[in-house]
Formats: sequence, C-alpha cells, structure tokens
Amino acid sequence: MPAFPHPKPIRRRTATVAMAVLAIAATVLASSPSARELELLNVSYDPTRELYEEINTQFAAQYQSSTGDTVMINQSHGGSGKQARAVIDGLEADVVTLALGFDIDALAVRGKLIPVDWQKRLPNNSAPYTSTIVFLVRKGNPKQIKDWGDLTHAGIGVVTPNPKTSGGARWNYLAAWAYAIHQPGASEATAQAFVRALFKNVRVLDSGARGSTTTFVERGIGDVLLVWENEAFLAKKQFGADTFEIVIPSLSILAEPPVTVVDKVVLRHGTRAVAEAYLNYLYTSAAQEIIAEHFYRPRDATVAAKYAERFPPIKLVSIDQDFGGWRAAQAKHFADGGSFDQIYLK
Amino acid sequence: MSPTALRLSSASRWRVTGSLPGFGASLGFTLFYLGLIVLMPLAMVVLRTFDLSWFEFVAKVSSPRALSAFKISFGAALIAAAINVLVGLLLAWVISRYRFPGKKIIDALIDLPIALPTAVAGIALTTLYAPKGWLGQWLLPLGIQVAFTPLGIVLALVFVGLPFVVRTVQPVLQDIEHETEEAAISLGASPVQTFLRVTLPTIAPALITGFALAFARGVGEYGSVIFIAGNMPMISEITPLLIVTQLEQYDYAGATALALVMLVASFALLLLINLLQSRLAARGQP
Repeated sequence: MPAFPHPKPIRRRTATVAMAVLAIAATVLASSPSARELELLNVSYDPTRELYEEINTQFAAQYQSSTGDTVMINQSHGGSGKQARAVIDGLEADVVTLALGFDIDALAVRGKLIPVDWQKRLPNNSAPYTSTIVFLVRKGNPKQIKDWGDLTHAGIGVVTPNPKTSGGARWNYLAAWAYAIHQPGASEATAQAFVRALFKNVRVLDSGARGSTTTFVERGIGDVLLVWENEAFLAKKQFGADTFEIVIPSLSILAEPPVTVVDKVVLRHGTRAVAEAYLNYLYTSAAQEIIAEHFYRPRDATVAAKYAERFPPIKLVSIDQDFGGWRAAQAKHFADGGSFDQIYLK
Repeated sequence: MSPTALRLSSASRWRVTGSLPGFGASLGFTLFYLGLIVLMPLAMVVLRTFDLSWFEFVAKVSSPRALSAFKISFGAALIAAAINVLVGLLLAWVISRYRFPGKKIIDALIDLPIALPTAVAGIALTTLYAPKGWLGQWLLPLGIQVAFTPLGIVLALVFVGLPFVVRTVQPVLQDIEHETEEAAISLGASPVQTFLRVTLPTIAPALITGFALAFARGVGEYGSVIFIAGNMPMISEITPLLIVTQLEQYDYAGATALALVMLVASFALLLLINLLQSRLAARGQP
C-alpha cells in the first residue's frame, strides 16, 4: 500500500536510507547504555594465575546475565612488589590483587593512586581469601620436623625465599618471629636469636616464592620448605601426594592478600562500577568455592565449613595485632638494617 | 670501544680521514643518537641518586652488604672474563685455523649464549650443577659444590661471556698472514716463540677487547646468576640483586646509588682497558 505518491525508485531509496539510519540509531542506542563491552585489568601476584582465570570466566558470565554488559578481564602476574611498582609507574590496573598490604600501601603513599584507608573499603581487611605459612617436607618426614623449633636444629636444611625481595616470604619470616615471641619467657632478643638460628640453616635464598619451591622440589635441596599453604597443596598436586607431606606448625600467621580498586585508573577508564562489582564478586559463595578449590582459605563461613577437612584449624597471629600493621613490620624487620639484615651482619 | 678516538685526541683534535664527505652530519648524528640511547637513561640514574644527601649516599654504598656485593660482582666478572680469554682464544684458534666436520655447527653454537634468554641459561646451569644434578652429583663427592656458591656465579658469567672473546679474536686470527708465521719458523723460531713473539702481539688488542666485553657483560648480569648463586647475603649476593632489593623497598634512590657506583667503576675499568688496548695497537702497527 503506497503511502507516498513518489515515483517508485526514489521512494525505495528513501526507505532504504531511513531504515539504515534507524538501524544505526537503534544499535547505538542499544549498545551505549544497556550492552557495553567493558575491559578490566587485574594486576596480581604470581600464584593466583589459575585462580583468577576461573574467577574471571565466572564473573564475566554472571555480570553479563545481570547487566547485559560483556566484560573482558585481562590478567597480569609477577612478583608482588614488582607489580606494585609497575602500577605506580603507569601500568593501567583497574584493580590490584597483591600478596600483602604493604605493596598496596605503596600505591597510596608513593603513587597517590588510592586513598590511604583503602583497606577499610571492603570486608575482612579487603582480603577475600587468606592463606597461612606451613611446612612442606619430604615423604615420611625423615627429619621429624613438627614445629618451628625443629627448624633450628643442626643438620636441618631450610628453604625459604629472601624476604627482602619476595613479598610472600615476609609472611614466612614474620610467622617464624611470631612463634619465637610466643614462647614462654620470650623477648625481642630471643626472637632475634631464633630467626638467626633458623636462617643459619637456610642454604639458598631465592628471590621469589616460586623459585624456592623449585629449589626444594626439583633441585632436591633442603629438608623443609617454608611455603604458603596454597603453594604447598599445589606442589603436592603437581608432583604427587606420595612425594611430599604438609606439616602444620603449632602457630602461624594469617596471610591476607588484599584487593582494591585503583581509583585514579577507574576514574580515567570509567570502570569503577564494574571494577567494584568484580571485587565484591570475590566475596560471593560462588567465588568462595572457586577460592577454596584453588587452596586458598575462604572467608565465607558456609564454604569454609564445607572445606574444613582440607584446611585444619591452626592458631594464627595477625599482622595488625601482633606486628602493628605492615608499615611498622616493614620498618622493624625488612628495611635496611632491620631485624632480617641483623642476621647476616655480625 | 674507541682506540681511534683516543688516538685522535693525542694527535690533532679534529681530523677527517678518508675521502667521503659528511663528517659534520655523521658526527652530529652520532652524538645525538648516543645521547638519546645511552646518555639520557644514564643521566636518569645520576639524577635519581640526587634524592639522597651525600651522607646517605656514602652510607648506602659503603654498607658491609653493599661492599661485599661489589666485591662479588666485580670479582666474579673479572675471573670469568679471564677464563673466557684463555678458553675463548683456544676456541677461536680451533675454528679459524683448522678444518673439520661439524665446524659450522660449533661456530654457530658459540653465539648461543647471546641468543638464549639468560633465565633459561641460569635454570639450565642450575639443573646441571645442583647437588642432585647430572654433573653436580659427581662433583659433590670431590668436595666441589658449584650451584648456590660463588663458584656458580663465575660459571654463569663464563657462559654468558664466552661469545664476546671468541667473536672478537676470531676475525683477527683469520686475517693474520701465514707468511709472517712461516717466516718466523724458517728463521729458526720455535713454535712457542712464534706464537709469543709473532701471533700473540697481533691478537693482543682483540683479546683485550674481548676481555672488556666479557667483563662488562658479567658485571651487570642478573637473569642467569640469580638462579645459580644461592643469593646469600655477604656470600653470594651480587650487586644487581641488591639493587632489586632496594627497589622492592620502593627505595629508588638507594637502587640508583648502587647502580651509579657500578656504572662509574665499570666505566673507569673499561676506559683503562681501552687505553691499554690502544697502546698495544699502536705498538703493533709502527
């Protein structure tokens, strides 16, 4: 039914053009508010690669079904301190998920990229998962290593990364210190003597945590590896349960690898909403399950109960209560001339 | 490496040799390019160091740990370069003087340490020389532990520095006119005399350049050493690792202070070597 009395060819062309314009307008309208394509960069530390691969897929699916937006999450992994420096020097991280609060503090203090109270913005000190420091020993535990005290005995070879170069290794060192300071009649001096005796037994100080695992597992150096619990599980899984055993010491430290949105970057990218949704997703029971599957201790009580067998209870000290937070711990133990340096200077 | 530059300065300050024009433009480009690629990054090192007061700088670079790291880095690099001069000369000799099956492959193998990512080299060497490694397990009963000791550092530096000596000496050896050696022999010189009095003086400048290159490569080497050194403070901790340690504490100025000392010491040593080399070269061609 011709509505316009124009000659045929012109009418058809007009209609085609009009439809094309409408189609483009419709696409533009539809795509801008309701179905955008978003991109996030998560800058993390080394051993979380597989964890975030899985979380990213799940989150992208969940986010698309709830908002219609597709989100593509890129990952960057490396030593925690090196990653923090890269972000300070301009790596455009929307979120960072690092090994210790000290490195994220640097983003606030040196980079001015986030507020100094960043750690209060998310539940549980902004750490959606935790881990702790345990011992990995060779099958059958031939040297009968049960607790921190055994590590200082003569003839025990200990492998741990250098706490001055490895963020993860700082938790190892502080766990040893905490054990010593919790012994009856302990003092700063006995704790210092304890770590000195312990590091006398350390033959190789690798610069990173994965390097230490290689030294212990593949090079066959030492009798005991001080290691994050999730790495210990991973080593067992990779090299067979009949090659290594995990020993849980009487006391250890609550390792909290925290996460945060990088404010200056999400402001530039316009990605604050999706970045916050991403970090909040880490606290959902779905993500907590993935976290437990990857051998990190979940925060969610229900999920934790489900995996109780995997993660035995352990007496844990915390960086905030026992060491006065990262800044104090760093200054006292790991700065030049700190308690770690004292070990090697006679 | 600029023996020509040094000789230039001793004769006339500006001299154009050769018949092709373009001295001004090419010198201008050279200075611009060196400034952009070499001097500006180095200037940043110096600039960053100025965040420290003189007192802080001295304290940083003269701490017992820094001093021991300097000693280990420079010591290991010098030893490794010396070993490379001896072994590299032998290899260059074999490749340039004899013909044998598989020579092409050996020739290509020599460049491999340059092409290989240094971390791969470090991991491979550690796997071999660790106490349970293929070679390490036989050395251990003899009381020799290579991996995770300063010896391991020397080994890694020998590995990465080898091509520099071979590749500088080889072309000179190939260019030596056989007639001079034959003349020496026919005039009654023994083979040893011929080598010491005729061949060695000719290749000495190239050997020294090779030594300097291997040394310079070794002093700054990080990737391969880090895996095999064991990294014990005061024992097997190299300066580049100490620099990384400073960075890990977000102490950029501390890191560049150590780097500056390395830079100045390396530059002084290289200048000295160049001077020696140009003296020898001048004596070689009357």
